[in-house]
Amino acid sequence: MQNTYKIAVIGDRDSILGFRALGLETHFADTPEQAGPILYRLAREETAVVYITEDLANGIAEDIDRYKDSLTPAVILIPGKQGSLGIGMASLKSAVERAVGADIL
Amino acid sequence: MAKLNVNPTRMELTRLKIRIRTARRGHKLLKDKRDELMKQFLEIMRQNRILRERVESSLMKAHSSFSVAAALMSPEMLEQALLYPKQSVSLGMNSKNIMSVNVPEYTYKTKNDDKADIYPYGFAQTSGELDDALTELSDVFEELLELAQIEKAMQLLAQEIEKTRRRVNALEYVMIPQLEETIRYITMKLDENERGNLTRLMKVKDMMLQQAGYGQ
Repeated sequence: MQNTYKIAVIGDRDSILGFRALGLETHFADTPEQAGPILYRLAREETAVVYITEDLANGIAEDIDRYKDSLTPAVILIPGKQGSLGIGMASLKSAVERAVGADIL
Repeated sequence: MAKLNVNPTRMELTRLKIRIRTARRGHKLLKDKRDELMKQFLEIMRQNRILRERVESSLMKAHSSFSVAAALMSPEMLEQALLYPKQSVSLGMNSKNIMSVNVPEYTYKTKNDDKADIYPYGFAQTSGELDDALTELSDVFEELLELAQIEKAMQLLAQEIEKTRRRVNALEYVMIPQLEETIRYITMKLDENERGNLTRLMKVKDMMLQQAGYGQ
């Protein structure tokens, strides 16, 4: 028995329109304020992976941190069409800092 | 270091000695757990970093192809072309156990197995750049999922390591010194009582001897 889960993408229209063709669930949001409730709703429905663009994630870091310790959803930052802001890497660093107690990268 | 607030009795001493033995053992076990977790974590972190760099750069490439496609087509046309996806993905999730931390493991199944058959539109009215953009995106998709898996595993491990580290430190710097201090305190107190008792007995003996052999 295996449940099937959803994969969702949150981002501005231009950045994520292509993901729709891959069969992922796309949710358009232009501001972090719009993205927050969407993320919340997706987390309650059975969504295993949520990709969110970095510029949106920047504004709702607290909401994203809330899901860090639970198995689902995995909230993964991807660069939007403006380019990589380095936030995805920064979150990797913060996880290291959390585990090791110092920034070793 | 503050000692525990206990009565200095022999029974309490025995109890504390058992407790410190358990605490030392727990400390050792947790320390081993932390070290092993850390080893796993660093391994995963290394993979994660490489994977993220690769995914980010391929995504950027897909984005730029997409921008070109969007520039060549009217927004309405683009929207219409992608309105109804042909491809759909169902995601299965198992959990894998790394040092008693449950991390997800994703398996996915696409409705369309043919990679060349993902375009949900006719080719007549769309630009070829859109095809390129979608191909690039679908190529990066597998890695994107792998990234999700690894990154989540890393977050969960980080949380577990933090917890274990706190416990190790609490045992090492609070619990164990406290117990040691208390045990020392009770031993001292009991010894002191013992000495007090001894001198008292000697004193009494002297007094009795003096009374009995007055003339001696």
